[in-house]
Amino acid sequence: MMNRITLHPGTPIRIAILAMGGQGGGVLADWIVEMAERAGWWAQTSSVPGVAQRTGATVYYLELLPESAAHAAGRAPVLAMMPTPGDVDLVVAAELMEAGRAMQRGLVTPERTTLITSTHRSYAVAEKAAPGNGIADPNKVVDAGRAAAKRLLCFDLQQMAERAGSVISASLFGAIAGAKVLPFARAAFEDTIRDGGVGVGVEASLRAFALGFDAAAAAPAEPAPLDTARPLPDVPERAASPQAQALLDAVKRDFPAAAQPMLVAGLRRLIDFQDLAYAAEYLQTLGTLRELDERSGGSAHDWALTRAAARHVAVAMSYDDVIRVADLKTRGSRFARVRNEVGAKSDQLVYTTEFMHPRLEEICGTLPARLGRRLEKSKAFGGFIRRRVEHGRRVKTGTLTGFVALYCAAGMRRFRRGTLRHAIETAHMHDWLARTTRIAAADYALAVEVLECRRLIKGYSGTHDRGDKRFARLMDAAEQLLGRADAAATLHRLRDAALADEAGHALDAQLAALLRGPFTPPQETRRPGHVAA
Amino acid sequence: MAERSFKKEVGQLRIPAGEEFRGEGILAVTKALLQSGVGYVAGYQGSPISHLMDVLADAKDILDELGVHFEASASEATAAATLAASVMYPIRGAVTWKSTVGTNVASDALANLASGGVTGGTLIIIGEDYGEGSSIMQERSHAFAMKSQMWLLDPRPNLESIVQAVEDGFELSEASHTPVMLEMRVRSCHVHGRFITRENRRPAFTLAEALENPKRDVGRIVLPPASFAHEHEKVRERWPAAVKFIRERKLNEFFDGDEDYASDVGLILQGGLYNGVIRALQLLGLADSFGNTRIPLYVMNVTYPVIDDEVLEFCKARRAVLLLEEGQPEFIEQNLHAILRRAACATVLAGKDVLPMAGEYTTEVMRDGIAAFLAAHAPHALAPAPTAVASPPQPAAVPLRFHPKIAALATVVPARPAGFCTGCPERPIFAAMKLVEADLGEHHISCDIGCHLFSILPPFNLGATTMGYGLGAASSAAFNVKGGRRAISVMGDGGFWHNGLASGIGNAVFNKYDGVIVIVDNFYASATGGQDILSSRADNPDRATNNPIEAAVRGVGVKWLRVVDRTYDVARLRDTLEEALTTPEPGPKVIIAQSECMLNKQRRVKPIFNKAVKAGERVVKERFGVDADVCSGDHACIRLSGCPSLTLKDSGDPLKEDPVAYVDASCVGCGNCGEVADAAVLCPSFYRADILHNPTRRDRLLARVRGAVIGFLQRRRAARLAGSAL
Repeated sequence: MMNRITLHPGTPIRIAILAMGGQGGGVLADWIVEMAERAGWWAQTSSVPGVAQRTGATVYYLELLPESAAHAAGRAPVLAMMPTPGDVDLVVAAELMEAGRAMQRGLVTPERTTLITSTHRSYAVAEKAAPGNGIADPNKVVDAGRAAAKRLLCFDLQQMAERAGSVISASLFGAIAGAKVLPFARAAFEDTIRDGGVGVGVEASLRAFALGFDAAAAAPAEPAPLDTARPLPDVPERAASPQAQALLDAVKRDFPAAAQPMLVAGLRRLIDFQDLAYAAEYLQTLGTLRELDERSGGSAHDWALTRAAARHVAVAMSYDDVIRVADLKTRGSRFARVRNEVGAKSDQLVYTTEFMHPRLEEICGTLPARLGRRLEKSKAFGGFIRRRVEHGRRVKTGTLTGFVALYCAAGMRRFRRGTLRHAIETAHMHDWLARTTRIAAADYALAVEVLECRRLIKGYSGTHDRGDKRFARLMDAAEQLLGRADAAATLHRLRDAALADEAGHALDAQLAALLRGPFTPPQETRRPGHVAA
Repeated sequence: MAERSFKKEVGQLRIPAGEEFRGEGILAVTKALLQSGVGYVAGYQGSPISHLMDVLADAKDILDELGVHFEASASEATAAATLAASVMYPIRGAVTWKSTVGTNVASDALANLASGGVTGGTLIIIGEDYGEGSSIMQERSHAFAMKSQMWLLDPRPNLESIVQAVEDGFELSEASHTPVMLEMRVRSCHVHGRFITRENRRPAFTLAEALENPKRDVGRIVLPPASFAHEHEKVRERWPAAVKFIRERKLNEFFDGDEDYASDVGLILQGGLYNGVIRALQLLGLADSFGNTRIPLYVMNVTYPVIDDEVLEFCKARRAVLLLEEGQPEFIEQNLHAILRRAACATVLAGKDVLPMAGEYTTEVMRDGIAAFLAAHAPHALAPAPTAVASPPQPAAVPLRFHPKIAALATVVPARPAGFCTGCPERPIFAAMKLVEADLGEHHISCDIGCHLFSILPPFNLGATTMGYGLGAASSAAFNVKGGRRAISVMGDGGFWHNGLASGIGNAVFNKYDGVIVIVDNFYASATGGQDILSSRADNPDRATNNPIEAAVRGVGVKWLRVVDRTYDVARLRDTLEEALTTPEPGPKVIIAQSECMLNKQRRVKPIFNKAVKAGERVVKERFGVDADVCSGDHACIRLSGCPSLTLKDSGDPLKEDPVAYVDASCVGCGNCGEVADAAVLCPSFYRADILHNPTRRDRLLARVRGAVIGFLQRRRAARLAGSAL
């Protein structure tokens, strides 16, 4: 009958690779198998690619066991086909959020797991589609990794791969080698790449491998948080031109230090947009607002009002008109940037084609205010423009005709202050600042929020109109809220809601709640799109 | 041309006898077919068995040498009907598809095949697309085996067992005159393992011999009275023959346990679950990494029919057994209860009471189920046993998922479903539909199976139903009534040829359907790996391609037909759709939207392009970009595109808080983003960069002239700016 069963020693190394379809997770898994088999190991890998091959998240799972153990046991090993939570030695994530997903699945455990992840982001559609900033906080993943993993290694392996002219599977393979978590020497890794490669790719892969290896070998025990701060511009000692020096002196003399960096950014934008005089006008407006800030007790608020105004007034004054777009598209620095962005070599020629779609509003906006207004109302002219002009235009900026046309459009900046668009934008800004001034007297924080709401207005045509309408609704709400203790916080929430989705459902819901009565903060909802896997 | 080339893998099909094969499960099955002397293979591709079809398509030489006929079938129904060649003739035939969807399509032919029975061995290799990574409804193929009486093999997931199951399967089929289904789970299809090969065999009886010596037997045809006889034959003759074969050849396996536990408990499991069960037992300290287990196992490599005597043998000696059966309904469990009851056997049968009724049986699920079973029936098994082997590290009882920092990840880790590839020509079709929605309001949209189904996901959020492959148009059939708005149906070229031409287009013409049908023609069956189909543009030496969909659609009587031969022309697509939705013309409005699948196109053109560059030819590469200083960070373009290469980056401008759009290096220059920005009048920040490789002397001269003028003007303006710079 039956005997006692002898259980034999031998525990396979368990490895999970989390990647997105098309990232080369399969290549990495195959390399590990190849390397292990050459070194006399049993290696098994499996996966469930399916449609995930098309950019979806997927997992490759491997187990490795020395053949000597199988010989000792007298039987071929029986290896698992899928990872068990808490039972994985090495987790490799080819993108930061995939490391997060590995932890959500329970694959990472402090007793056992080395977690190697690239810190680069490949944003999910939901993150990219948000009208504002929908990007998830990467440090939550790093933070969780520190708590969940025995050892966490994270660096931008995508960037290393690109630097080497290769793909991320190579730098990940290097990081695995450098982390010294597998019982194989560096040479075994490199030989695998060499023998499995297809000619030209090998050298680049080895370079990427080396970068990954070095990064892992030199990795600190505890990785530092990722730097997500947006640095403020420096306030220069001296201006680059004597004419700008006067403005810089005024900034330093008349404004609190906290507001100076943003003011410098504002001045630079407006000199670039129009001229020194226009920038001086900006500084004058800001001077008035600084006085308002002081009167309203701004020093106790770290000059929040002046700081907010420095940013948003500059943006409001540098509205995107045809002249601006034509100017930006024709600059020498832009030509150089495009060459660089598309990775053109010196012996290659690069020509750009712009996708323009001028509408009646834009054309009229560029005309002198009175004429523009008249023509905008004229049915005959409008019909003519719609039929003849208002359609997609492909402008080749690298050819003489295309370039000169845009160059001339950019040259119209000298007439800009007389244009219809300028009149509209200026009136709009005056209303907004008047409202700010009025509210500041009663509620400082609410006035700052009113300034911040300007963030909603951006883009062109339909996008711009939509932002404009939402901005107007928030301004109405601000008036309504005035006098309430939670006015500023409420307006802030409304602003976030207005940026949450294109259709404006979130804003509608919150405004409706506001109109119904005392505002109760809605239950904490997840940010749009950040649905758990 | 399939997505992957298998020329290298095909070499493995020639490994001489007695040598070790190392590779993927599905490739091992292919080798096993050749070792079994198969006469013909057919099938329809789909995950997880696409590779089987692709390897065979690339293995023409070796198949010709062996005299094996291979067909890429029009559908699973075609594939199943192909097995008719084994009804009268002693020819082994194998077919394959994705199950259960493919089995649904094939079931008419399968039922007829199973009724009359077979002479030659017939093997149906089903890729059971169940559990993680699956793209279909979660159902079991088991039901088909039961209803039509076909035997179902579910071998242990190692290559030795799988290869053995192929060879056994043919023999079982011949011994019992019954078709045999070989169930390949997703992970088994993709598992990398090893087995020792046998010699490839030529078919003993060839298709040509059959054609030259035709045979018929009315008794094998599903017509009364034969069909009534078939049912009796199934239970009186074929079933006992199968049971005898399975018992004698020991297709199911018994694994001894430790005598301390053997009289108390045992596990009965589907073969496919074996590796997971061993790992689960290992995690409980009851097995090692080599399959040695303290708890005895009865492994059902044949899950249908259930062998009553084997079950009773295993159960009678034990107080309680646990059945591990994945999926629902719990057919085997019900069957075992009946067997035990009829035999008045008092052994306790546990199953779905300690294991979940539905869902994938992961190692974790099975470990917990086995632990619960042992706690009730053999608690001493769970006490740490004195062992010579240091037990491997055990995972924590409570996984770390509940750690607050990890729970907090739910707010940041985004869902990442599959989506359209970079440059996909289907994306602009749905961008155009979004623009139509903006103009004409929302419409009822019936979707279909294929990559185009990704339109149901963000950012498009289009489509209400999907009823099956090629059934996009058919699933709008009811909406053939007068109303303010017409229904829109979407169908791919793969689905069109699979059955959509008849079930959708023909049906619409016949019933004077008034809606709009969009046929997405991307030159391949793309979602399954880019296989050629009737309307593919490539010249395929083995198949007849270049049969336009347009001709077929006209052929069945469609009058209102528009062909948009460049899907990236978003404005034209939008206008065409609007015309179709508003025209007073009666009958179906069919739009064929054509552009080559970008994944396949890149694979095709990249080598050609690189070769041209190397040869010094003048070639232009297109790429798209966004001017960060013009982009306002609203991302409307992304909401109408969702292209992976259209992403975000920091604006680099302290005044611009929101990230701006950015086209990364993976851009293939399809132009969708620029066209969308144009058609939707979004913003002027997109540009196309034409990178001219190997410019001619004329190009260089022209560039010098242009550069001189443009450079002069640019320097002039830059100097003015520098003069007032801060």
